[in-house]
Amino acid sequence: MHHTRRSVLRGVWAVGALATAVAAGLLSPGRAFAAWNKGAFEAKNTADAMKALGVSNAQDSRDIQILAPDIAENSAVVLIEITSNIPGTTAISVFIEKNPFPYTGTFDVSQGAVPYVQLRVKMGESSPVRVVVAAGGKYYTTAKEVKVTIGGCGG
Amino acid sequence: MRHALVLGIAAAVAAAAPWPQAAAQTPDPTAAEFDKFREIMEQDNPAELFEVKGEELWRARRGPKNASLEQCDLGLGPGVVKGAYAQMPRYFADADRVMDAEARIVHCMMTLQGFTYAELAKQPFSSLVRTPDPVSLVTYVAAQSRGMKLAAPQNHPKERATYETGKAIFHFRAGAFDFSCASCHGVDDKRIRTQPLPNFTKPDQAIRAVQGWPGYRMTGGVMHSLQWRMNDCFRQQRFPEPGYASETVSALLSYLTVNANGQVYRGPGIKR
Amino acid sequence: MAEPMKIRATLQGDVADVRVLMAHPMETGQRKDAAGKLVPLHFIQTITAQLNGKTVFAADVSQAVSRNPVFAFKVKGAKAGDKLSVTWQDNTGDKRTDEVVIRAGS
Repeated sequence: MHHTRRSVLRGVWAVGALATAVAAGLLSPGRAFAAWNKGAFEAKNTADAMKALGVSNAQDSRDIQILAPDIAENSAVVLIEITSNIPGTTAISVFIEKNPFPYTGTFDVSQGAVPYVQLRVKMGESSPVRVVVAAGGKYYTTAKEVKVTIGGCGG
Repeated sequence: MRHALVLGIAAAVAAAAPWPQAAAQTPDPTAAEFDKFREIMEQDNPAELFEVKGEELWRARRGPKNASLEQCDLGLGPGVVKGAYAQMPRYFADADRVMDAEARIVHCMMTLQGFTYAELAKQPFSSLVRTPDPVSLVTYVAAQSRGMKLAAPQNHPKERATYETGKAIFHFRAGAFDFSCASCHGVDDKRIRTQPLPNFTKPDQAIRAVQGWPGYRMTGGVMHSLQWRMNDCFRQQRFPEPGYASETVSALLSYLTVNANGQVYRGPGIKR
Repeated sequence: MAEPMKIRATLQGDVADVRVLMAHPMETGQRKDAAGKLVPLHFIQTITAQLNGKTVFAADVSQAVSRNPVFAFKVKGAKAGDKLSVTWQDNTGDKRTDEVVIRAGS
């Protein structure tokens, strides 16, 4: 059973809600960490995961680059490399839409990192890989289809 | 006049020595993309975690004799690890046989540290919960030949004889399917599902038998060496298992490596 | 029992290109072992990186990340000799921190 882990992210999601909560005195200003987002990680579809993260009105953007294979050699290790060219990017989130739990993670680049990340993921089946970028209090998104297939014998 | 002379020379050369196929295999875009992403991932390869583990095992005092492997002679002198993997399989006088790297490591673990063959051969291949010590060790040893040209020697009569034995095994049809290694790996342009099957009888494709092994296999996320790969090929051919670290495996690896000699070994890789 | 990470941090101008190899099974809770029993959920949930003690990168991730995870990220304002540490924590509470010194680029 997993502990309810504290998120390590600065409150990059639901910026509006967090600001409201702080203003309402529900959270002290110094404590910007939300609980590890169980709701998002346990959501069974991308829409619910995004809702749990407070992502709304994500605009399609061509300024997010996803490097991932068209066909993955092995669905257990699929390379995804993301670069956001959107100014003011604070976080990058990844959803593998057809996975049993699509929300795969969020990378907080607001504290001194370049808006870039490379990760390797497990995919249950061919699926769009969707990226959402938070920048300047707004959300931007793009997706890339990755096909998975069984391989042969060797290698 | 000069044009005709050049053509004449070209014709003479072509007649004298059959020119190898310029394009070894028909390029396949899916396979090319697999290679591209695998090469990106190999720049940061989980195999490196096993290299680190292997080096610790190399230096640690272990076994009934409480000794390290630092005096193990991999062919370039006791304790010389750099470059040794690229020059194996080779003949070792103290064992009076040709050995591949893992067989030699097993030999050193037995003679220097006192481990028995029985205990090392019992479960010699990685599982999800356990990586056998020789696998981590051969990953470390192989990494020390990263970037070097393969140069498995053919100086000693037994080295040459072992190559011929390996070639014979490679072409030997047996088992329920009447397969030999050559059935899949002896002809150009063969494929199983999405995996292209290189023709190991040709030097420019034989490199693919050696390159990337030991390899971090994406299937299962485990480290596997050529000892595993040969065993698994035999299984796929419906052959009985070859002995772990046996002369049979050393012979096959001798055949494959010598065929690839001269080409650069890029170190432990990532495999499907 | 947390096993060591391998971290490589190379300078490109004033940006440290960081590559981290982690040893972790990243079990999804859906795999059956040899005896047919479900292997419990066991995965890295959070990752942070510090430059000379200050957090510069952080991530929350799921069990969909591959076994023996590999991550790459880039940290601004780094110089050769700076200390770069990475910490991961998993759903059982297990934790691991490793540190390297940033090397000058080639």
